[in-house]
Amino acid sequence: MSIHLTVNGQWRPLGSATAHATALDWLRDNGLTGCKEGCAEGECGACAILVAQPDATGGTTWTAVNACLVPVAALDGQEIITSEGLGSPDRLHPVQDAMARGGGSQCGYCTPGFVCSMAAEFYRRDRATEPTGDPDHEHGPNGFDLHALSGNLCRCTGYRPIRDAAYSLGSPEQDDAVALRRDRPAPEPVPTVHGRSDGRFVRPSTLDDALSVLTENPAAVVVAGFTDYGVEVNIRGRREPLVVAVDRIPELLTLDFTDEFVEIGASVSLSEAERFLAGRIPLLAQLFPQFASRLIRNRATIGGNLGTGSPIGDTPPALLALDADVILASAEGEREVALSDYFTGYRKTVRRADELIRAIRIPLPLANLTAFHKIAKRRFDDISSVAVAFALDVRDGIVGEARIGLGGVAATPLRARDTEALLIGRPWNVETARAAAEAIGREGTPMSDHRASAEYRTIMLSQAVLKLHAESPELEGAA
Amino acid sequence: MSTLSAVPEDAVVGIPEPHESAVGHVTGTAQYTDDIAVRWPDALAAWPVQAPHAHARVTALRTEAARGVPGVVHVLTAQDVPGVNEASVFGDEPLFPTEVMYYGHPVCWVLGETPEAARLGAAAVEVEYEPLPSLITVAEAVAAGSFQGTQRVSRRGDAEAALAAAAHVIEGHHENLGQEHFYLETQASLACYDESGQLFIQCSTQHPGEAQEIVAHVLGLSNNAITVQSLRMGGGFGGKETQPHGFAAIAALGATVTGRPVRVRLNRTQDITITGKAPGFDLVWKAGFDDNGMLVGLTATMTADGGWSIDLMEAVLSRALCHIDNAYWIPAIEVHGRIVKTNKVSHTAFRGFGGPQGILLIEDVFGQCAPALGIDPAELRRRNFYTPGQTTPYGQTVKDAERMPAIWSQLLDSSAFEQRSSEIAAFNATSEHLKRGLAITPVKFGISFNKTLFNQAGALVLVYQDGSVLINHGGTEMGQGLHTKMLQVAATALGVPRSAVRLAPTRTDKVPNASATSASTGADLNGGAVKNACDQIRDRMAAVAGEMLGVSAADVRFSQGRVTGPGGSDPALTFREVAQAAYSQRVQLSAAGFYRTEGLHWDPETWSGSPFKYFAYGAAATEVEVDGFTGAYRIRRADILHDVGDSLSPMIDIGQVEGGFVQGLGWLTLEELQWDTSDGPDRGRLLTQAASTYKLPSFSEMPEEFNVALFDDAREEGAIYGSKAVGEPPLMLALSVREALRQAIADFGPAGRPVVLAAQTTPEAVFWAVKEARDSVTTPALADR
Repeated sequence: MSIHLTVNGQWRPLGSATAHATALDWLRDNGLTGCKEGCAEGECGACAILVAQPDATGGTTWTAVNACLVPVAALDGQEIITSEGLGSPDRLHPVQDAMARGGGSQCGYCTPGFVCSMAAEFYRRDRATEPTGDPDHEHGPNGFDLHALSGNLCRCTGYRPIRDAAYSLGSPEQDDAVALRRDRPAPEPVPTVHGRSDGRFVRPSTLDDALSVLTENPAAVVVAGFTDYGVEVNIRGRREPLVVAVDRIPELLTLDFTDEFVEIGASVSLSEAERFLAGRIPLLAQLFPQFASRLIRNRATIGGNLGTGSPIGDTPPALLALDADVILASAEGEREVALSDYFTGYRKTVRRADELIRAIRIPLPLANLTAFHKIAKRRFDDISSVAVAFALDVRDGIVGEARIGLGGVAATPLRARDTEALLIGRPWNVETARAAAEAIGREGTPMSDHRASAEYRTIMLSQAVLKLHAESPELEGAA
Repeated sequence: MSTLSAVPEDAVVGIPEPHESAVGHVTGTAQYTDDIAVRWPDALAAWPVQAPHAHARVTALRTEAARGVPGVVHVLTAQDVPGVNEASVFGDEPLFPTEVMYYGHPVCWVLGETPEAARLGAAAVEVEYEPLPSLITVAEAVAAGSFQGTQRVSRRGDAEAALAAAAHVIEGHHENLGQEHFYLETQASLACYDESGQLFIQCSTQHPGEAQEIVAHVLGLSNNAITVQSLRMGGGFGGKETQPHGFAAIAALGATVTGRPVRVRLNRTQDITITGKAPGFDLVWKAGFDDNGMLVGLTATMTADGGWSIDLMEAVLSRALCHIDNAYWIPAIEVHGRIVKTNKVSHTAFRGFGGPQGILLIEDVFGQCAPALGIDPAELRRRNFYTPGQTTPYGQTVKDAERMPAIWSQLLDSSAFEQRSSEIAAFNATSEHLKRGLAITPVKFGISFNKTLFNQAGALVLVYQDGSVLINHGGTEMGQGLHTKMLQVAATALGVPRSAVRLAPTRTDKVPNASATSASTGADLNGGAVKNACDQIRDRMAAVAGEMLGVSAADVRFSQGRVTGPGGSDPALTFREVAQAAYSQRVQLSAAGFYRTEGLHWDPETWSGSPFKYFAYGAAATEVEVDGFTGAYRIRRADILHDVGDSLSPMIDIGQVEGGFVQGLGWLTLEELQWDTSDGPDRGRLLTQAASTYKLPSFSEMPEEFNVALFDDAREEGAIYGSKAVGEPPLMLALSVREALRQAIADFGPAGRPVVLAAQTTPEAVFWAVKEARDSVTTPALADR
């Protein structure tokens, strides 16, 4: 089967690229060297490109992603734009013009990636129409959300001219072809089989197909957004014989908000989930902007975050606090597992090799006091040292229900059961908070590493409880 | 006014110009070394075999299996070297070592048809090691007496006696961690032979001449057989001053052995684990103040971690010792400087080149002593500024000393410092868990290479018959805007529009023996050389034009492409007409320019002289907000006033100031180089060896309000068009962030309690400092009961 993709409006065959070849390397080998490698792990954004993805209304959203993490085979049949395709030296794109005129580039190496991330935000349909909200120094007068650039690093400028360029952007012109493209549907997902026997990339088109591939190949590696596996490929030289991409399987892309529960498909990107939920789950609304960067969230999925079983993933503590279930699908049918029973050891879970995470389900109604506290060195684009998610139901000043999810304190994400037990039935006041702060410091067994010391991790658990109370004391005497 | 600093009317310098490659940057069409390399489909890729020991002897190296890997073409080892097996001009870095000196040290390189083939080949090379004892920390090296280079002392007066007599004596110890350059473009070289047997090397380097020198001795060739081009770098920051040249030698050697082009491009992991960084410094000090808060004496020992080889560390140490005074008069001082040898990468140049560590020490002194002296830190700093006529500890008169207090008071006003200080005091008084801090710190930074001989530069300027101009100079472009400035200098010197001038890439066959583009001197030195070449041509053209216009050559004016008599009077000729006339009269329209900085002298033996042409000044006032629950903080606002002389290119200069500030705050608050110091199998391994673990400042660290202004009316008589260097000094403005954090932390504790800050004020470090401050409140309170 011949694989091709549309790059800057041109049809390009994939050629001899291997199953593990990244979109970055493929673009560069094809002369599009505006796409740069800065870190090869999705941290710096120098490789950002735009991908045409379906939006909620049948049109297209231009989505910026890290080309260093996505295998080019995963872009089979898709449309992408690079910095070279947005404009040319003779005809600069408005984003390019603003960046060039305003001193937004110095060495210029990170610039094409910034341009692509900025262009994605430039073309966001609701950018200029939504209220700018609180002046939190992260939104421009033109609705530009600075988080759109949270996955791009610049070592030269200090960012100010880049921010000013972003905030100076107007709206796309009437005849802007990239803007007009949004009105038509994005390319359909294509079933793909690519590579040789020593390395194959397979994208089934249905859940049944995917499950039968897994049944036949128990050693296959299931991948959705490639934001974790891509790092393994680039940094640790991992080359699995069979990679099964589940990022475009319709059954894994469900989004459902009922009276009893919220269901989010395992392959829904975090950005799509964020747009769909639109703040309706406050705990997740707090989490999303702190999860890596926009470039990562545009590809990363909840299914992937749970699938890796990592103890420092950011969604598990929140989903534990939300009492979420994991829906696992296999050829034999579906089963629903409480997330608190899902993790069994360091990067180990109850998921069998023939199973896929199809979705997660969050029961409703939600607790009325929730918060997500992520401790990291950097506010944008960092990995947690510790993450604490709270979901307390406080009625008449008394803690009814209490669920606390912890990350980064043990081999798995875990619930702070002793602390929860202590809280339940007590009045929500400073004494209770202090007692809970002491108890939570005994949960888990944090380690010291290059991110933080064990002592800091432990004390941050306690501090999170105290901070939660300090920020929500009004529930104290609520009648 | 000197002819060097005199700015003509209608000058092109001083106009805010975007970067000359900005359009190429934003469209992705500007090429970097490896972008060129991928256009050579025939080029082989190189991959290093890195040793998994901090210190070991290589007892066996077997390459047969690697050569059997499909796509592997050759394994480069010491046997392939026709010349000298040496990667440094200092003679202590074997290109192919038999003794592994740090974790990750490359012992050989595999050449493959693709990077993947070379990678798999490297994994198949069999190396046997005999592990040897290693020294990782500065303390271990000091204990073992493992030093390298010459130890230096900067001394004036009797510091011990001054301390003995001082009313207040305070001591401090600070172990600074160093900094990774993290240029976004990793090290890259491409080497190939042309039809005449000339070796051509594309190299991402700040010093093409040194690449040429090292490749020549590795291959046993003379310099004229090798041309090195540095088209542009994706960032340098000092990390491409010496570090690229061993990689250029690998590419060149590979091309020599295989007859094919060879490309070396390190991936991020290789780059960060192989190349040197800003050294960590162990800083110990003792300071004496009188009752008025005047610094009366200082003793200090600065111990730099040189890593496994000497590289530029002696020069880095010199600059550290020469900057310990920062902007302050220190009547009696004795500072010892030394360099330890450890089993780590070979530490090297980094923006500021030791200056930041010297200035960090003295700002730590003021920050820590102010509460003990009961004097506001801003006032304490101001009181100790140099006054005109005073000299530095090494005996150089502090030129323009009056600029420092002028900048200081102007910045206090423009940042509403006093008013905001009161507002912050009020905020902190009622806010239990969030505290703010506002601090102002100064920078005085000496400009010129400490080593006098490097202060020279060359240029080549060509005027064509059609009046168009092509310039070439020995400086390299790493994003700092040097080429933009040189285009503006040439257009100004020749009196033509900026659009009439083009610049050709930096190459060793155009300008020989060029110094590294470093020490912030790029524009000073190369600008002098470009102007010199332009002046020669313009003088010759003036003679031609004078005859055509019937005026004396001395009265001919060149402006905006028009050539006229005195006062711009008619008739006017175009620059093109004069160029054509000069050509037909057989008048030379090209010139080699040269510049050397006059008036410098330096004696490292007596630690005295005037090593710097002038000083660059600046100050920053920064406000932070600290979350007492976590130690996380935000930079609410930064105001900077910086002296760049008469700016050659204001947008470029402001960009340097902003970028230097943010890079500096990364060094001080965020970026942690952590090494495995355990006795485990990975001893000596860099633990933070990726962008995911070594965190650079991102958008979230940018000051939310960021006001940068250039000091007005700041002409520097001794430099090109009255300008001053700008590359390095702003990095040290970030000390205001550190000092603001110190003040915010202090407000969690009892008044007057000094705050001692950790090496890097990460959120965790800030949290512990807050906790200490808070605990020192509650402890006495409990005791009172």
